[in-house]
Amino acid sequence: MKGVGDLKKMINGHMLFCNAKNPFGSSSVRSLLGFMALAFAMLLGGSTDLLAAAVDAASGAVQGAADTVPSGISAPELIATDYPTVSGVNSRVTVWLVAQLHLWFAAFVLAVPIFVFIIEAIGMKTRDQRYDDMAYEFIKISITAYSLTAILGGLLLFSLIVFYPHLFSYLSEIFGESMFYYALAFFAESAALYLYYYGWHWLQGGFRKWLHLSIGLVLNAVGTTLMFLANGWVTFMMSPAGIDPGGVFSGDTWVAMHNYLWNPINLHRFIANIAYGGSIVGAYAAFRFLSAGRPEERAHYDWMGYNANFIAILALLPLPFAGYYLAAEIYAYSQQMGITLMGGIFAWLFIIQAVLIGTLFLSANYYLWCGMGRSDGAVRYNGYIKYLAIAIIGSFLVWFTPHTLVLTNEELKALGGPYHKYLGPLGIMPAKNTAVNIMILFTALSFLFYRRSNRIATVTWVNAGNAAQLALYTTGIANLLFLGIYHGYFTNTVYKVAASIPQVMTTLIIIVVSITLDSLMYRGSREVAPLNWGRVPNRAQYALFLLAVAFTWLMGLMGYIRSGIRQHWHVTDVFRDASPDAYTPTLGYAANIVSIGTILFMVLVIFVFWLSQISSRRTDARGYWKGVQGG
Amino acid sequence: MPKIPRLAQLVLVIGGIYAGFWLIFDLLLGQPIPASLMRMYMFFVVTGVLMVFTATEESTRQLVDPIRALVEEPGRRLMRNVVFFVVPGLAAVAVFLQMQPSDEAPLELRSIHPAPPSSAKIFGKRYDLMSLENPYRHLEKDDPEQFRELVTDGGEVYIRNCQYCHGDKLDGKGPYAQGLNPVPLNFQDIGTIAQLQESFLFWRIATGGPGLPKEATPWISSMPAWQEFLSEEQIWQVILYLYDYTGHQPRSWGHE
Repeated sequence: MKGVGDLKKMINGHMLFCNAKNPFGSSSVRSLLGFMALAFAMLLGGSTDLLAAAVDAASGAVQGAADTVPSGISAPELIATDYPTVSGVNSRVTVWLVAQLHLWFAAFVLAVPIFVFIIEAIGMKTRDQRYDDMAYEFIKISITAYSLTAILGGLLLFSLIVFYPHLFSYLSEIFGESMFYYALAFFAESAALYLYYYGWHWLQGGFRKWLHLSIGLVLNAVGTTLMFLANGWVTFMMSPAGIDPGGVFSGDTWVAMHNYLWNPINLHRFIANIAYGGSIVGAYAAFRFLSAGRPEERAHYDWMGYNANFIAILALLPLPFAGYYLAAEIYAYSQQMGITLMGGIFAWLFIIQAVLIGTLFLSANYYLWCGMGRSDGAVRYNGYIKYLAIAIIGSFLVWFTPHTLVLTNEELKALGGPYHKYLGPLGIMPAKNTAVNIMILFTALSFLFYRRSNRIATVTWVNAGNAAQLALYTTGIANLLFLGIYHGYFTNTVYKVAASIPQVMTTLIIIVVSITLDSLMYRGSREVAPLNWGRVPNRAQYALFLLAVAFTWLMGLMGYIRSGIRQHWHVTDVFRDASPDAYTPTLGYAANIVSIGTILFMVLVIFVFWLSQISSRRTDARGYWKGVQGG
Repeated sequence: MPKIPRLAQLVLVIGGIYAGFWLIFDLLLGQPIPASLMRMYMFFVVTGVLMVFTATEESTRQLVDPIRALVEEPGRRLMRNVVFFVVPGLAAVAVFLQMQPSDEAPLELRSIHPAPPSSAKIFGKRYDLMSLENPYRHLEKDDPEQFRELVTDGGEVYIRNCQYCHGDKLDGKGPYAQGLNPVPLNFQDIGTIAQLQESFLFWRIATGGPGLPKEATPWISSMPAWQEFLSEEQIWQVILYLYDYTGHQPRSWGHE
């Protein structure tokens, strides 16, 4: 075990740059470090010596790169003492928490500009300034979170260099180029974000507004690119590409980046970030709603919370499909990983995951049901709530029923084996897929009722339209059940997995067609009672908080599982983890770490919310300033 | 007919659902819901019922008003004292009963499907389990007659060696099954071999309990390492038989 003294030596260069395994020896990494030193020196406003040294390092590295073309990159074989330690600090927990906190904030700050861009565009189209104001308030929250993301990103980088120098060196050798462009893209994102935010009130009206919207587009394009780059590094560790049978990497950056799980993760994270961002700004709106003193303020934040929840639900609906696609691809990539993920040691965390996903649906639906109380016209639909709840809770119970049960010996005897004859079949994916599709459909139905709550359709074909919607839902659900039961239990795995696609299509078609039909039916509709923004119970706001906390916890848990299925490998089957922490912790320990992370994140988020409030507060300092009479 | 108070409705609905579970699973189907699962079910049933009962302001008021009255109204002092004594008392009894010492073995979160290694040494050779396939599977289409013979041979191997634990109907109810904990796998169950690739079965059968991966200990499987008793050919044959008899298809990524 190395102590702090050894670490200092390493940092001084005695070991870090000169050790036999030479973690920072390659030309591309030297080049990267040179440029980083140059950037750092410029940032400090640097002394000329430091600047000159940095330029030398960078140019020397470029020269070195021209002289030697590496034929391949081998993963080093490490022993426990190759991992530096800092007294009193657990390397794994540090990197785990810092990476997770960075990811939570990154997901938030990447997501917010996506829907801010859309809301701004809606405001431009409808010329309703409320949308523009709301979009501005959303982006304002993300500004402080952006600095925290960057700070945590830096902390993660230093944690990796300090605690896992060989791993960082190996990844840098493969991804050095993309890391460099990542740093540049980060500058571009910052520039776009600050222009977008600070220029909001300046770039208003006509061409200026279009220019502002375009900056938003650039911001999103750069942000998404940044995420895709980082996803490439992460997925390479799970499903490395460009590795020859001897375990040597002989591809280029693109080959490494475009590995087996890259696109499934890209898709999943892109959608999940939007849902997550929606839930966090929803929590912000709830926070402001609960602390608001004036009715106008309550109305404003109620409206904001509703829109944030709408965004979160909209992105949440396709999320289980994206998650299933990712899990199926993990299974297809490696049976070992797939079984570890869902049938082996992580199976019980998946049950917690199922419970949390169900909680998201319950919170979102409850918020909609409570929100119907904004209009007296909703009384017509209150009677349907119990049926919606029966369908959603029933599907939820199927969704989290485990295949492997926790049984006492008595129960084992009573059942005659470890599986339940009738509940056991609900423990595998076909039942889960069917249940989640039904849950999604009924959530969409809750939304339809909500939309109708204050209006009455006036078109002549109202009855025919309602009958068509009923038929659509009935046949759609019958189709979901048929696909789930027949293909799930009476055909082979190929069809079992493939049946999830027509199930998804059925659900999406029902949602799109029924909402389109409803929009046509309610075109020119009559308002039966006004929609009173602000007239919503406080408990609905707690549902928004629950949505944000459940999302955060879920992401932490699933992030751990995604990373944990590599088990004792830094890079699956290529680079073995030989650190003292190269074991899978117990489920309880892992859940505790994720919970600590969630609490830390929530504390930081509340701090961000508070900061956004104090920026508009003024203290009357009468008598403090010379020559100023008024405050 | 007088209307049932909202609070009583809530209790009746929750009690009714619990009784319904008991009636259907314990009494009619003879397959009780394990307590661990029942607790999860009831937690979310209670949550769902509370959500419905508090979805509107009026309903919430009807639900909360009697509770508020009980706590706040001076005239209900006697009832309040009774409730404040009975409710914590019931909780104390429940805790006392739960903490009673028992000779029941502790619960285990046993993962039925251990994750296989990416490669394994079997019969003195190293097999890549990620790409390993049953060498006889193609005969199902290419030479159905020979395939049937292999299935029959596999059946013979099974009856001679495996049915003592896994049962002659492959349902995990062999003559020795009740003496084992955990009980042998039921291959008829849709959640077992139907979810697995043949390479997984080959690895599990060949290496048995002793070959289980160390990262998922403690393992208590009493399955022998069949590579000590059977040939490689016999193991592949018995795998054909398992799928043939149960009617399941092995997990694969290619269309038929």
